[in-house]
Amino acid sequence: MTENKAIWQQTVALIEPFNKKAVPLTAETSFATGLEWDSLTVMDFVAAVEDEFDISISMNLQAEIETVGQLVAVIEKLVNEK
Amino acid sequence: MQVTDLFSKFDPLIAIRKEMLSHGGRDPFSVVMEKVLSPTKAIIKGKPVILLGTYNYMGMTFDPDVIAAGEKALKEFGAGTTGSRVLNGTYQGHKACEEALKDYYGMEHAMVFSTGYQANLGMISTLAGKGEYVIIDADSHASIYDGCRLGNAEIIRFRHNSPEDLDRRLARLPKDAGKLVVLEGVYSMLGDIAPLAEMVAIAKKHDALILDDEAHGMGFFGKNGRGVFEELGLDGQIDFIVGTFSKSVGTVGGFCVSNHPQFEVLRLVCRPYVFTASLPPSVVATAEASIRKLQKANDKREHLWKNSRRLHSGLKEMGFTLGTETAQSAIIAVILPDQEQAVAMWQNLLELGLYVNLARPPATPAGMFLLRCSLCAEHSDDEVTEILAIFKKAGQATGVLAA
Ligand SMILES: Cc1ncc(COP(=O)(O)O)c(C=O)c1O
Repeated sequence: MTENKAIWQQTVALIEPFNKKAVPLTAETSFATGLEWDSLTVMDFVAAVEDEFDISISMNLQAEIETVGQLVAVIEKLVNEK
Repeated sequence: MQVTDLFSKFDPLIAIRKEMLSHGGRDPFSVVMEKVLSPTKAIIKGKPVILLGTYNYMGMTFDPDVIAAGEKALKEFGAGTTGSRVLNGTYQGHKACEEALKDYYGMEHAMVFSTGYQANLGMISTLAGKGEYVIIDADSHASIYDGCRLGNAEIIRFRHNSPEDLDRRLARLPKDAGKLVVLEGVYSMLGDIAPLAEMVAIAKKHDALILDDEAHGMGFFGKNGRGVFEELGLDGQIDFIVGTFSKSVGTVGGFCVSNHPQFEVLRLVCRPYVFTASLPPSVVATAEASIRKLQKANDKREHLWKNSRRLHSGLKEMGFTLGTETAQSAIIAVILPDQEQAVAMWQNLLELGLYVNLARPPATPAGMFLLRCSLCAEHSDDEVTEILAIFKKAGQATGVLAA
């Protein structure tokens, strides 16, 4: 779980520059309805996450991720698989 | 219980359209060409208009040899094939058209599809399967995105035209997995070309196969008009070249050419090739005639480039914001700050006798509003002068340019 916490913090730090409306972040915050990101923002943000953790999040996988918590879980899984 | 109206998801779009048309004026997405006089002139609402948004780059639509070939095939082979390429829908004309493509590209194999859209759907979804990867540019054409959705491969996107980003993303993928990198010679929204030499070297370093869509490059890039890859000295290095007959060739249809030794098997497994009717005989006959003429169309290529450079420098001098620093292709995109100005400008141009394409998000990158101009080798010097004068007038009338 300590690892999860570190990934959570790193992820939140990556979200901040794109969080224009300063929406408070919880595991349930949705990218589309909570943060109100459009597809271009998503693209830039995913690239930032991939570069930070040195992982690939395919578009297929992205389609299944709706919330910050789900993203953190995916990142953790991909980091552990490396 | 209230059942959801299936159309409610379109409400936002309907609202945007309403707002767009509320100021009066013409709807940019329902223009009707009442008569077409030539590759560069048509009648719209009873008035002659110069066409500057057709992708009819080489002006082949009214070429007398092309029309004669189509008329002959229509009479001899009928109006349509009523069948799939793999059943009763392959006529002599389809084979002749594939031969013309092989000669044009100097490649071993050619497959003709019913549209370029279907060529991308078919090639991408069939080549890369489950557990394999398709790596695409973020600004890829809709047909490339849809090809990805139709297949079962994992899809990875890289930043538009960034070789470094492509390299980083390929490096993260499993070494032994099959990979297909999809590129476009010309990106049709802004008319910018891809740094193909760098991209191809990177794809090869990671053992990926390369598909290059030359929809907007065929006809006038490279000594033989093969596309941007030829211009950049990459002949023989692209595994699959996809193209369309709906732009420089001047009719409709799509194709893929390749030297891959197993290429022919695709005819049996590529669903958008198998499960649709083949092109009518007259269409493949016009395509063949046009492709054979394009091979030798050096004078036309030169005039098209001259037109493109003149339009670009003229618009730039007037103060318009353009998609590229210089004229990189035959597409010149004028960038406008918002929908209102873009629509006002578009309507004004049409009133003054000039048709261009209006492009808006989500088709455009970075949410831009664009007036996309595409030149034709048949635009005369006088027509380009007139086009520039119309742009100046409309720019001033709408306040896009300082009066
Ligand atoms: C880059 C690109 N690929 C493919 C296509 C599809 O071509 P077609 O009109 O033959 O379906 C187009 C045309 O819109 C295009 O711009």
